[in-house]
Amino acid sequence: MPSFKLDNKTLLQIHDTMVKSRTLEERLIKMYKQNDGFFWIGGPGEEAFNIPLGMLLKKGHGPEFDYFHGHYRSGAVLLAMGAEPLDAIRQMKNTATDPYSGGRNFINHASLSKWNVVPISSPIEVQYSMAPGTAIANKRAGNGITVVIGGDAGTAEGDFATCLVWSSRPANPLPMLMIVTNNKWGISTESAPQHGDRQIADRGKAFGMKTMVINGLDPEESYLQLKETIEYVRKNKTPVLMEVTVTRLYGHSSASGANFAQDEKDPVKIFEEKLIAGKIITKEKVDEIWKKYSEMMLGFAQQVRDEPQPEGKTIWDNIFHEQKGFSSLVAPESTLASQSSLVERGH
Amino acid sequence: MATMVQAIRMALHYGEKNLGVTDIFGEDVGAPLGGVFTATQGLKTTWNSPLDERGIIGTAIGLALAGQKPVAEIQFCDYIYNTIDLLKIAGNTTWACNGDWNLPMVVMTPVGSGIRGSIYHSHSFDAMMTHIPGWKIVMPSTALDAYGLMLSAILDPNPVMYLKPKALLRVRGEEMIPGEPLLEDGRPDEKKLKEMIDAPLGDRTKWAAQWPKLEKYTVEIGKGKIRREGNALTVVSYGRTLPLCLQAAEDLAKEGVESEVIDLRSLWPYDWEMILASVRKTRKVLYVNEDTEVTNFGEHLARRTTEELFYELDAPPRVLAGAHVPGIGLADALEAVSVPQHRSILSAMQALAQEKP
Repeated sequence: MPSFKLDNKTLLQIHDTMVKSRTLEERLIKMYKQNDGFFWIGGPGEEAFNIPLGMLLKKGHGPEFDYFHGHYRSGAVLLAMGAEPLDAIRQMKNTATDPYSGGRNFINHASLSKWNVVPISSPIEVQYSMAPGTAIANKRAGNGITVVIGGDAGTAEGDFATCLVWSSRPANPLPMLMIVTNNKWGISTESAPQHGDRQIADRGKAFGMKTMVINGLDPEESYLQLKETIEYVRKNKTPVLMEVTVTRLYGHSSASGANFAQDEKDPVKIFEEKLIAGKIITKEKVDEIWKKYSEMMLGFAQQVRDEPQPEGKTIWDNIFHEQKGFSSLVAPESTLASQSSLVERGH
Repeated sequence: MATMVQAIRMALHYGEKNLGVTDIFGEDVGAPLGGVFTATQGLKTTWNSPLDERGIIGTAIGLALAGQKPVAEIQFCDYIYNTIDLLKIAGNTTWACNGDWNLPMVVMTPVGSGIRGSIYHSHSFDAMMTHIPGWKIVMPSTALDAYGLMLSAILDPNPVMYLKPKALLRVRGEEMIPGEPLLEDGRPDEKKLKEMIDAPLGDRTKWAAQWPKLEKYTVEIGKGKIRREGNALTVVSYGRTLPLCLQAAEDLAKEGVESEVIDLRSLWPYDWEMILASVRKTRKVLYVNEDTEVTNFGEHLARRTTEELFYELDAPPRVLAGAHVPGIGLADALEAVSVPQHRSILSAMQALAQEKP
């Protein structure tokens, strides 16, 4: 009989959100394969870590709350924060109703200013250069912290070093939790021949940071380590570097097929087996949860097929703050004339 | 009269005192140096950053996301190139999230030649920057505009790139900055201003700026200024080359040719209405700047002039820009032939004036 470190309610909440997240990602992949989306990228394999993280952030708007600088494998963090899976499906289908980008950006490129989730962009690691800015604001405002997350391959970028340097400046140490999820891959390239650092977390030691390596396949360890570390950063207002072991269950993206990786460990399956063995939940209840969320995601995917696509003219909206429509502020008037003629010519 | 760099410093002071500027930062921006061109001496919210341009731009983005009001400096625009993708992100953030966030941030950086800065202290950045939508881009050529454009940049809720023409930073303006100290006869007291806001040489640990009682003065972003009226031809320029164009226009006037000189001041958005009206009047236009010639911002203006005014022109629109060479060499003769100078501008204006349809 396995033992547990979290209460039953928390265990079941984590499991429920893990299944919700996995069924969402698998629906998104199906949508890609059914031509209901142009591209898929996401984070199956990281649920056991991402969901505790989303549960533990101090959610709200403004520097009194935590800022989250995610990346394209952070979808489960948002779900755990309370984001609607329907909205991710809208982004997958690039509908006008997509609240994150209005049909402009790839799936899992969320933006939620109401919860300090800063816009996720495709370039690797740039979030690490921005994070010091929000952390400075956090420190000024009170006890909010900044959490920035990226993958192991991205640590090769200079932005990772930027974050190490800027968050640990003796002139102004920052309340920053730097997280590296290590799945041992960078697109199609294994990390071992590319990265000589024995442990990515060790890089923080040179900056006097508290560092740790945790098992991101175990939601209990993730939850407890995150809880303690977030409290540490909040209290001490100093940076911490956390390396997290995760898996990549469907490859880098749809560009590599988005097929299930049989040789990778599945944290949802591992956690479920433990919960069942520990009599926290029954197999029947687990099946019921999978069925419920699978049907929910299918229903959402069907729903968004009928939702409108963005109109071409919306490209001129929101180039600047609270700006709508074409004007000489956003482009030369001659641009619109040439665009109109293209439309008239049937292009 | 204040110099341009004094005007920028006073505008930053006004910004941190009255407009909510929270952070003025970058390499050597804080004490003791206060900027390699002294633009940030004596200010309250300055701080020195690591020598990391990506960190500077990234942190400015982060500060702006979190509702702060940063003014970040890249010490020379020659060193901004490794931040291009971050500048792209700053420019596309509001668009990419469909309006969910905005970035009220200013980045300022000295640009251009004129101080014998050799290969890596002479770059221009207007051609590159105008390829990045989502930013507003300004470049003053006078001290008063430097003051007014900085206040407008700070007030703007979007990213604003403030290009400082380094050759003009020490040039005194011909117009008062509102609040400059005065002599009894009403003329500006340059000596007193220097004593008040220029940090002394040597030990500065006990020095604090004594700021004059500055007043709000803004220059609307997107509005040019006709610096000289004329009807024979139009010259459109900005930054270092603008005063050279004015000087050439005066020289040409001695030959009986009156040129209209437009100081664009804003590169995005830019004052097409002003250009349009002027070129319709003069029927000839020369665009002058010192960035390299190929895919130059002046080329865009010339293309637009061709498309919209073709049948109203008495001569093809002309562009006088920097030579398409990899850098600006140190020796006098090398710099002189690499970027437009008074003589080459005058020659181009003379040639254009003589063109017949």
